[in-house]
Amino acid sequence: METLNYLNNGHGAASWLLTRDHKRIALLYLVSITAFFAIGGLFAFMIRLELLTPAGDVMTADTYNKMFTMHGVVMVFFFLIPSIPAVLGNFLIPIMIGAKDLAFPRVNLLSWYIYILGGAFTLVAALSGGVDTGWTFYTPYSTAAANSHVITAAMGVFITGFSSILTGLNFIVTVHRMRAPGLTWFRLPLFVWSMYATSLIFILGTPVIAITVLLVAAERGLHMGIFDPALGGDPILFQHLFWFYSHPAVYIMILPAMGVISEIVQAFTRKNIFGYSFVAFSSLAIAIIGFLVWGHHLFVSGQSVYAGLMFSLLSFMVAIPSAVKVFNWTATIYKGSVQLDSSMLYAFGFIGLFTIGGLTGLFLAAVGLDVHIHDTYFVIAHFHYIMVGGAIMGYMGGLHYWWPKMSGRMYSEGWAKLAAGLIFVGFNLTFFPQFILGYLGMPRRYHAYPPEFQVFNVASTLGATVLAVGYALPLVYFIHSIFYGEKAPADPWGAKGLEWEIPSPPPTENFVVTPIVTHGTHQYAPSKEVGIV
Amino acid sequence: MFTNLPLFPVEGSVQAGQVDALYFFMLAVTAFFSLLIGVLVVFFAIKYRRRHDDEVGVAIHGSLALELLWTIIPFFIMMVMFGWGAKVFYNLYRPPAGAMEIYIVGKQWMWKAQHMDGVREINELHVPVGRPVKLTMGSEDVIHSFFIPAFRVKADVVPGRYNVLWFTASKAGTYHLFCSQYCGTKHSGMIGSVIAMDPNDFQAWLGGGNASDTPAAAGEKLFTDLACITCHRDDAQARAPQLKGLFGHTVQLQGGATAVVDEAYIRESILNPQAKVVSGFQPIMPTFQGLVTEEQILQLIAYVRSLGQVAPPATTGGAAPAAPQTPGKD
Repeated sequence: METLNYLNNGHGAASWLLTRDHKRIALLYLVSITAFFAIGGLFAFMIRLELLTPAGDVMTADTYNKMFTMHGVVMVFFFLIPSIPAVLGNFLIPIMIGAKDLAFPRVNLLSWYIYILGGAFTLVAALSGGVDTGWTFYTPYSTAAANSHVITAAMGVFITGFSSILTGLNFIVTVHRMRAPGLTWFRLPLFVWSMYATSLIFILGTPVIAITVLLVAAERGLHMGIFDPALGGDPILFQHLFWFYSHPAVYIMILPAMGVISEIVQAFTRKNIFGYSFVAFSSLAIAIIGFLVWGHHLFVSGQSVYAGLMFSLLSFMVAIPSAVKVFNWTATIYKGSVQLDSSMLYAFGFIGLFTIGGLTGLFLAAVGLDVHIHDTYFVIAHFHYIMVGGAIMGYMGGLHYWWPKMSGRMYSEGWAKLAAGLIFVGFNLTFFPQFILGYLGMPRRYHAYPPEFQVFNVASTLGATVLAVGYALPLVYFIHSIFYGEKAPADPWGAKGLEWEIPSPPPTENFVVTPIVTHGTHQYAPSKEVGIV
Repeated sequence: MFTNLPLFPVEGSVQAGQVDALYFFMLAVTAFFSLLIGVLVVFFAIKYRRRHDDEVGVAIHGSLALELLWTIIPFFIMMVMFGWGAKVFYNLYRPPAGAMEIYIVGKQWMWKAQHMDGVREINELHVPVGRPVKLTMGSEDVIHSFFIPAFRVKADVVPGRYNVLWFTASKAGTYHLFCSQYCGTKHSGMIGSVIAMDPNDFQAWLGGGNASDTPAAAGEKLFTDLACITCHRDDAQARAPQLKGLFGHTVQLQGGATAVVDEAYIRESILNPQAKVVSGFQPIMPTFQGLVTEEQILQLIAYVRSLGQVAPPATTGGAAPAAPQTPGKD
């Protein structure tokens, strides 16, 4: 007779679809965002297929424009933004703080339904003919010129935003109110700190994008003059509103990944983080300064030269807390007990790719240099290093690290290492050539391009194929592990943290007895030092 | 065999060298820090690899000195990047007085250029080597972006306003012109060539071109055809401000504000005359929205400019009026 855990405590569709257990809701998200990742990946594959040759010969220009638009919308709003918060955050935050669930379990389930409703709108927009504005919905193209399903897609983004807001609210209240006795702020796992910072952006930023897409719908549907100069509006206003959210949204994607990496690096070096408070506060610094840099998306729009200079300065400032994190992770490995399991390989991949992604961000922050590379493939390469090399590496690393806890099963470490290697190689082959393409001047969102750019595009498409194999493998061995994997012990990695003190998979109530916390996480060796530096 | 596989674009303008110098500096910094982190991570991972199952790492909690070190050093390096980038940008943003002026209109999906002596081009732009060229750019529909990679310059072309771009070509040749702001179906077809020519060749090309009226002459004709002249007249019956010598002046508006008469102000006054009425006049002018095209507005501006102007006051950035002498043949 199997012991009762959250997975076998209740059977049938209703026990899942009406669950209020944060762990089951996390799995609902896991399945749905994996589906969206596959859809977004399919669009990416179509893009790379078209760009194999200079001529626009695989699909029409309109189809191509819809492909990159849908790729961006699906990946940003329906995969990257919810990925780590909604799956790993949902699963782990209550456990990491010694609670039985989130503060508002029903709201948590509602968040998932809202997310699905928003996703349904977007899929309807895709299936009924698509949308071709780019994921950025720039006006007046989106309100006056585009001849596609802009309002449906915009409503998808609008609706799913409420899912983010509710999730953020839930996390913040939970972290404030439900920590176990003795779990002070500075004993919190760094993953919780990063989720807290992310939640701040969720609730402060998301309403702005919601308002903005609503205004787009109002102008497009009702001809209210807001952004279109022909109606007396200002198209640049849209860009300010859009990036006020959408730049912080980049930090929604990367901060959770940073939290995951902090956990993995500590677990696989069996060593507490170097400079805990600097790593924790750098998350908050990124969340706050991240709200002040949106204008670097408008360097060539005609905004005033002085605004450009200020936004350039602030964009450099936001890079400093990111650099601090990278240095602290590196220092943590020093004198650790390093075990290169697949999770740690993803963490190493993250550190390397995020370093390159972050440093190339400085090129774009340097306003005089940005003029040349703005809206070229240099930008595409840069933000894929952050979002794919950073955020998805972190997500994959986190899935591998916590999979035994979530599923109760061990996966094949050999296959997992192979997949991590393929993803790293495939990723670099896909996106590194795009830096060169960008500096050479290839603009983004081009259906056809001059022949001298072909070599780099072929390399990129080749890399994307390797990347696709790398992403497909985990799907196979994770599913395989559910049926055939060894049973996971409570703490398969010899890691420290509340989540490793309860069985795998955890019981529905997480903790039979509420734990009392006497020290921070990841304390492996006895320490002479007092307090936390 | 790899002659056709460049890693860096050609430098076709004076500005290109300035941008590339900053680029190479940042590449060096990026290479240094990427290697530093990469080598340290790999070295530590090998040196401190786990040797037996229950081994744990050494408890080290941190070091304030190191934290300060790796906050302050990146800060100073970034300030160098910021200052350098700002300097390059400031230069890219300010067209020198006396630059040769060309009007550009973007529309889905073509570029139209209008030289001051009447030559017009579509998807091509001929410019002389060695002389600053200033483009004043407007859009008829959505946002486009005018991008010449070989010159390292780019500016969005935004409906409802004028953005300015300038460069000095340094090497004769034919270069790509791209639209770099997504603008719909044929965005990737909104491309053309910039042909930088020897000054003599350029003069010859101008002479052999399909010159029509100069923009100023075309504007003068429009000024009559649209009956602007009935109010904007030189005599005492004028019901609207006299335009002679007005360009570049600051005018007093109703309500006490002032405005500099530049391209943007004239454009606004044609399309939305009630927005900024000069003090002492009635708001009687009708809008010409929909009656004039973007190109015709630029012709009207050229005409107003040809009526004489003052040297531009030192104003803030943006569409500061430049060029004390009117280019062209008048």
